[in-house]
Parts: sequence; structure tokens; C-alpha cells
Amino acid sequence: MFANLDLQKLVFGRLTLEAIPYHEPILLVTFIGVAIGGVGLLGLITYMRWWGPLWRDWFTSVDHKKIGIMYVVLALVMLLRGFSDALLMRSQQAMAFGANEGYLPPHHYDQIFTAHGVIMIFFVAMPLVTGLMNFVVPLQIGARDVSFPFLNNFSFWMTVSGAATIMASLFVGEFARTGWLAYPPLSGPAGSPGVGVDYYIWGLQIAGIGTLLSGINLIATIVKMRAPGMTMMKMPIFTWTALCTNILIVAAFPILTAVLALLSLDRYVGTHFFSNDLGGNPMMYVNLIWIWGHPEVYILILPAFGVFSEIVSTFSGKRLFGYASMVYATVVITILSYLVWLHHFFTMGSGASVNSFFGITTMIISIPTGAKLFNWLFTMYKGRIRFEEPMLWAIGFMVTFTIGGMTGVLLAVPPADFVLHNSLFLIAHFHNVIIGGVLFGMLAGITYWFPKAFGFRLDPFWGKMSFWFWLTGFYFAFMPLYVLGLMGVTRRVQHFDDPSLQIWFIIAAFGAGLIALGILSFIIQLVVSFMRREALRDHTGDPWGGRTLEWSTSSPPPDYNFAFTPVIHDHDAWSDMKRRGYARPLKGFRPIHMPKNTGTGMILGILSIGFSFGMIWYIWWLAALTFIAMAVVAIGHTFNYNRDFYISADAVIGTETERTRLLEGRV
Amino acid sequence: MSAASQSAHAADHEEDVKGHGDQSGHGSLKGYVTGFVLSVILTAIPFWLVMGDVLGNPRLTGLVIMGFGVVQIVVHMIYFLHMNTKSEGGWTILALIFTLTLVVITLTGSVWVMYHLNTNMMPMTPTSLHQHH
Amino acid sequence: MASHSPTLAKDGEAPSFYMEEDHHPEGGTMLGFWIYLMSDCLIFAALFATYAVLGRNYAAGPSPKDLFDLPLVALNTSMLLFSSITYGFAMLEMAKGEQRRMQLWLGVTGLFGLAFIGLELYEFAHLIHEGAGPQRSAFLSSFFTLVGTHGLHVTLGLVWLIVLMVQTEKKGLIPENQRRLQCLSMFWHFLDVIWIGVFTFVYLMGVLQ
Repeated sequence: MFANLDLQKLVFGRLTLEAIPYHEPILLVTFIGVAIGGVGLLGLITYMRWWGPLWRDWFTSVDHKKIGIMYVVLALVMLLRGFSDALLMRSQQAMAFGANEGYLPPHHYDQIFTAHGVIMIFFVAMPLVTGLMNFVVPLQIGARDVSFPFLNNFSFWMTVSGAATIMASLFVGEFARTGWLAYPPLSGPAGSPGVGVDYYIWGLQIAGIGTLLSGINLIATIVKMRAPGMTMMKMPIFTWTALCTNILIVAAFPILTAVLALLSLDRYVGTHFFSNDLGGNPMMYVNLIWIWGHPEVYILILPAFGVFSEIVSTFSGKRLFGYASMVYATVVITILSYLVWLHHFFTMGSGASVNSFFGITTMIISIPTGAKLFNWLFTMYKGRIRFEEPMLWAIGFMVTFTIGGMTGVLLAVPPADFVLHNSLFLIAHFHNVIIGGVLFGMLAGITYWFPKAFGFRLDPFWGKMSFWFWLTGFYFAFMPLYVLGLMGVTRRVQHFDDPSLQIWFIIAAFGAGLIALGILSFIIQLVVSFMRREALRDHTGDPWGGRTLEWSTSSPPPDYNFAFTPVIHDHDAWSDMKRRGYARPLKGFRPIHMPKNTGTGMILGILSIGFSFGMIWYIWWLAALTFIAMAVVAIGHTFNYNRDFYISADAVIGTETERTRLLEGRV
Repeated sequence: MSAASQSAHAADHEEDVKGHGDQSGHGSLKGYVTGFVLSVILTAIPFWLVMGDVLGNPRLTGLVIMGFGVVQIVVHMIYFLHMNTKSEGGWTILALIFTLTLVVITLTGSVWVMYHLNTNMMPMTPTSLHQHH
Repeated sequence: MASHSPTLAKDGEAPSFYMEEDHHPEGGTMLGFWIYLMSDCLIFAALFATYAVLGRNYAAGPSPKDLFDLPLVALNTSMLLFSSITYGFAMLEMAKGEQRRMQLWLGVTGLFGLAFIGLELYEFAHLIHEGAGPQRSAFLSSFFTLVGTHGLHVTLGLVWLIVLMVQTEKKGLIPENQRRLQCLSMFWHFLDVIWIGVFTFVYLMGVLQ
């Protein structure tokens, strides 16, 4: 018997049948649903014989455009998961008053709010931002790919592995019950002995590698691969914000890696960094993780600022007002974002001098941000504004984000923060800036660049439905939380005693329902647009009257993006080309040097899932085996020197002639 | 891939590497030896100061050896990492300055924040006083 | 959409808007690797900050004065310094195209690196044997983690060194291999810089307390 137990430990670590939550009806139903859906999807792919094309054209692709699209797909899938969590929480809080305990027990509710935060930040917002930058930046700077195309593919698969690890916790074991930043001592070995925090740690560490590498990749791309003539001050503003975002990624994510590594050491080795005994200090974790966490906020919002700058300028038919001030504002935000981290824990007790310093730096950030808002307004001023869907998102953003920004300044006042810390006011504030800023920005960006990626526009009717549901839903869902927060209701509570609060939670749940309709409309929009793609087709490559280089090539762009490298004279390069009579070259095509596809990134990604699963469940043989396998595959990859090929001149001529035919067909 | 294109491709890279060689440099024998000699001196003195208790004042010794450390880091940057303001169009030095700024913020910020936290939130009891000394 | 079609030329003569010859953007490897090193530097910054904050929390256990063996640290430091200059010699031979001698110097560098790791492991084993393992106090946790992370990087550098020696043996000093050797050179010297911080801030300052 004992020997059997030993053997079981050796083979399965701490994984037992008990880890499968067949006794939880909600999870069981979800699991059955996911299993049926998954089997159905796999069956469909097999039936349609899509495995070959998927593997050849997508999974192994090093093309920045395809990788960018895959990032966005990942983010949208994860959005459904993260939003389901939100609906569960809203409905629980709307009903769990007095004698009614609701339907989610505390241990389940705690996992849900943790998963919601982790998924929305790391696996929805981050992939949306990275995906959009990946797709757009090389096109905007007139490059044929990123600096390190293989690394790009590898980064994507690491992000997928991280997401898969987090998703696995739904059906095998449990997720962390600590909140999305896993503060110790709750997340330490004594506070959370189960696998939840380990899922959290390994999911984030693996995805973090991907994020860091893609940050390095995009910086090198922007610095080294700009088309001739594109000086720094002639870069499109989205590229500028992408550069600053990636600088922040490279400078902030190492801190997250380090602090999570220290937490793992506490959990796995028994060190005393964040324990309460033997000299450890839990507050050091809070301090370190927010040195990453605050720049992370700007990692998410800066690209959204970039998207809106492009959209406002395009749909106002004007140059962006105050281009230089926009650039300086972005750079100033980049640097200042490193000097404010303590405002996340004013109440920790560092005292007046420390709190004042960080309160003031926080308020200073609102100055460059305000400058940006004025720039957008002045861009619209006297412009010929077209209220197409991306522009609607932009205006919805400007109004909503300003409100969120002002509540932020309020929270930056340390005495006010002592009252509002950890209250629903804070929850309302950061959803106000993340939904109203990042999410609106990314949805605007998707709508704006979708025709570039696929050659047809998104259906405007369902897009407008989605926009209005999102906007009204947001206000219904979060304005009540401001009220509740001011009344002193704290976050992460599963049950309430005071029945007078219930009405606010019901309004908030109604708002969440509206947002659900917004997401549904977005999905319908994708389907309807695909069905009507011939009617929505754009042959010009420039459906919006765009101003930057990506609109100068066809939609979707050819693998090589540009048959000839563009030469830039102005920061609205394509606008300048149109104005000064650019004639598309029709001859003189040459073979184009391109990187080859490779499956190494995906193999490493799959192995890393095995590794993290082994580490989480203490299945040491699996962890060791997959780790060695990863090292072998990675080193083996460096022995392959034959990584590129040429697209022949004939192939280029074929593609370009087809484009010529389509362009003429329109006139 | 044809042999011709392979060699063309190799030529691309040759150009590439040379381009960098010119910018960042492989250094010279003189440079490496100078760097090494300076490093040996800058390492030996702090060890001597501490092991021999030469200055007799821990705080002063601490400041002096920190100074030596900083100087030695600069020496390594110049002679071993071949840092200068021109390599990669100034981007490496820019990245370095940015990083050093963040390192300083992280280090001094954490120490400052945590020191104030400890003084405010952990009044010294006799036992903890003992532990902290 | 017709108003956007590229017809009007208002500003007189149209300049050239594209390159007819092949465009060769500069390789980004060196810059990219440098940026990676900068990010690595910030991992160490977090570990140094942790050591700075927790490094005096001995929890009634041993303090640096009781534990650190400075002659051993001096010896260890010299190993790393020697490996730095021998790597420099290897790079000089590479620039001259002397593959054989470069490999020789790389081998010597590897041996110094191995000696460094060996001494560090000896020190760790000794400390753990004395009951001063990473679980003893926050000071020892942060000490082992900071020094160990540096050691892990050196170990990684050694693996990389061996891989590159094999690749150079197989393919010769082709541009790809030269670029890789230059990256490892940056990595190796970078670890040296970190070690300056370690021996000054952890060992020497520790003994001073």
C-alpha cells in the first residue's frame, strides 16, 4: 500500500482524481460544453482538411501579419472566458444579499475574480496590444517583417502556452484565490498550499518570456528597419507609442519575472522573502510587483493612444494636431510611469513624505495625458469629420477616459485614497480607464485595420450596435460601483448583509448584460461581415483615406508587404505620396529575401506547457524531461543556418500585376 | 535555395557584421590589457581595504569601495563592452542610460519606501532591536 | 473615395517615393541583444533591491561576518576577471580570422568559468553544511538567490560557449557565427559587470557591517 502510494507520487506528483472538479456542477457543465465544442472544432478542422494549411500558413508562420492576427484571435477567445467570469461575479453580487447566499461559494468566487483579472490583463489586453503592434508597426515603417521573425513566432507560442496553463486550472485542480497580483503571505506556502498560485506563477512566467522577447523584437524593428527617410520625428504616431510601450515592456517585465521567481522560491524551496517569519517581508513583494505593475498600465494604454491618434487624424481628414507635443507627451509618460508605483499602496504606511512624493508624481502624469486629449480635440476642430465606426469608438473613448482619468487624480490624493483604497470606487476607476481606454482603443484598432488584414470591411451596422451596447453597458455597469465605493463597499466580497445596496448591484448586473450584448454584436459583426465580404470588399488597399504607409499597399498585403521599399518625406507618408502624385511602380521587380517558416516556436510552446504542468503538480520527471527537451530543441534550432529564401521576381510580378488589375477594375 | 543566392545572402551578412565591427569594434590588445590591469587594481584595492581594515571606519570604507565599484563598472563598459556614444547610432548608450536610471529608481526607491515603512510600522521592541542589529 | 486617388500633384515635382534597388536595413541582432542585456540588468536590479531591503534580517542567525570567506571570494573574482580577458583575446583572434587560436582562447575562458562555478558551488555547499542555507533567514534567502542567479547566468554562458565552439568547428568563422560570438562576448562581460556589484555590495559591504 505504502509502496503504491510512493509510486503514485513519483508518477503523478500531487495530482489525484480529486483534482478533477466533477463534484462542482458549474464547472462540470462548462467542461462538457468546452469538450463538445473542442471536439466539434477539431472534427471540423479534420473534416475540412484544414490541418495542413493551419500548420503551414499559420502556426509555423514567421510573417508578422499572421502572428499579429493570431494574437488578436487568442485575445478574443480569452475575452470570452474573462467576460464569463465577469458575468458570474456580477450575477452573484446582484443576488447574494441577506439570507440568499447566491450560487457561488467563496472558494469558487475567489478563484473567479482572480482569474478574471489575470486573464483580462495578461491574456486579453496584452495580446490585443501586442497583436496590433505586430500587425501594424512593420507596415507603418515600410519594413518587410520584424527584426527577428522566428523570435516573433516563438513569443506568440509562449503567450499561448501561458494562456493554456491558466485555462487548464479550470478543469484540473483550482486557480489562485488571491486576487490578480497574488499578494503574500496569502499566496505563500502556508496561505495557499494548493496548486492555484502555482498555476498563476507558471502561466505568467511563460507568457512573460513571450512578452519580453516580442518587446525586444519590436524595439529593434522600429529602431533598425524604418524605411529610408523616416527619421524619428517622421514616424507615425502609432509607431511612436508602440516604441514607448515596448521600451516599457522590456524595462518592466524583468521585475515581474524576478518577483514571481522569488515567490516561487518561497513556495518551492522554503526561502523567506515574503513570509512573516525569519526576516521576510510581504510588503517587499507589493513594492516590487507594483514597480512592474504601474508601467504595465501604460504598456496597455499607450498603444490605445496611438490608435486613437491615427483614427482621429484619418477621420477628420487632417494632420494630427501637435505631432511633436504628442511624441513628447508619450515619452514623458514613459519615464514618469516609473515614478508613481507607490500610489497603489498608499495605505501601507510609508508615511507622509513618501506618500506625498508619489501622490504628486501621479498627478503630474495627468498633464501629458491631458495634452494628448487636447491634441485630439484640436485635430477634430474644423476637420471634415466622418463618423464611421472607428471614429465612434474614438469619441466614446475621449469622454469615458476623461472621467476615468479624473477619478484617477482623485485617488492620487493620499488622504482620499485612505478612504477609497480597495473599495469599489477603485474598481470602477480602473475599469473606466481600461475599458474606456484600452479596450475601446483595441476594438477601434481592430475595426480600423481589419480591412487591411482581410481585404474587406467590417459590417458597419453590427459594429455600431456593438459600440452602443459597450458604451451604455459600461456606464450602467460601473457608475453604480463609484457610488458603492464612496459608500465604503470593498472589493472581492461574495455576499452582502445590507439590502439597501442591492439595487446598485442589480443596475451593475444589467450593465454587464448590455456589455454581453455588445460582445455578441461584435461576434455577429464578424460573421455577417464574412458572409457579406464581397459587398464589403476593398480593392484599393485604402478604404478610409488613410495617411500612413500601411494604406499604400494592397489589402491584405502581400507576404513581402512592399515590392519596393518606400522612401519617406513626411510623417503622414501615404498622404504626402497621394498629394504629390505618387505613381505605383509597375516594372523592375526583383526577387525578395524573406525568412522561412519554422515549427520550432510551437514545439517549444507545447513543451513549456508540459514543463509548467510538471512544476505545478510536482511531477518532477515530467518537468525535467520537458526542460531537457526544450533545451535540446532550442539548441538544435541554432544549428539550422538555412533560414531564408527568395520570393522570385516572377512571383512578385504575378502578385503586383493582379493588384494592378484590381486597381484598374475599380476606376 | 540555390548556391548563388546563398552566397549572395552570406555576403549580405558579411557586410552586416563588418558594419557593426566598424561601429562597436572588437577592441584592441592594448584596450583589453589596459582594461584588465585597471580591473585588477580596482578589485585589489577594495579587498585590501576591507580585509586589512585599513581605514578603520566601516562607513567611510563602504563609501570608498562603492566608489571603486562604480569606477570599475565604467572601466568594464569602456574596455570590455566597447561602449561609446556612437555604436548603433547612439541607441546602446541611450538604452544603458535609461536602464541605469531605472536601476537607481528601483534600488533607492525600494530602500526608501521600505525603510520608511519599517520605521513607521515596526516600532522597535527590545527583541526586534536585537534582531535588527 | 475618388477624392483620395493619387492624381493631384500640388507641390510641383514629385520626389522619388520608393527605392528601385534592394534595401538592406541594418541587422538588429547586436542592438536586440544589448536590449536583452538591459532587461536582464533589471532582473538583477530587483534582486539587488531585495538584498538591500532584506539583507540585514538575520533572524538571529548568522551574519555576513560569520559566513563570508573573503580570500575565497577574491580567488573567485580573479577567475572571472581572467575569463574576461581571455574572451577578449578570443575576440581579437576572431577579428584576425585565426580560428584555431580563437578556439583555444575560448577553451581557456570556459575553464576559468568552470572554476568560478566550481568555487561558488563549493561555497554554497559549505554554507548549507554549516546550517546557513537559503531557508535560514531572509538575509540568506536573498544572498543565495542573488549570487545563485549570477551563477546560473554563468552556467548558461558556459553551455552557450560550448555550443558556439562546436558550431565554429563545424561551419568555420562564417558571419553568423561571428555575430553569435560577439553576442556571447557581450553576455560574458556583462556578467562580469554584475559580479562587480555582487562582490562590492554583498561580500565586501557585508563583512563591513
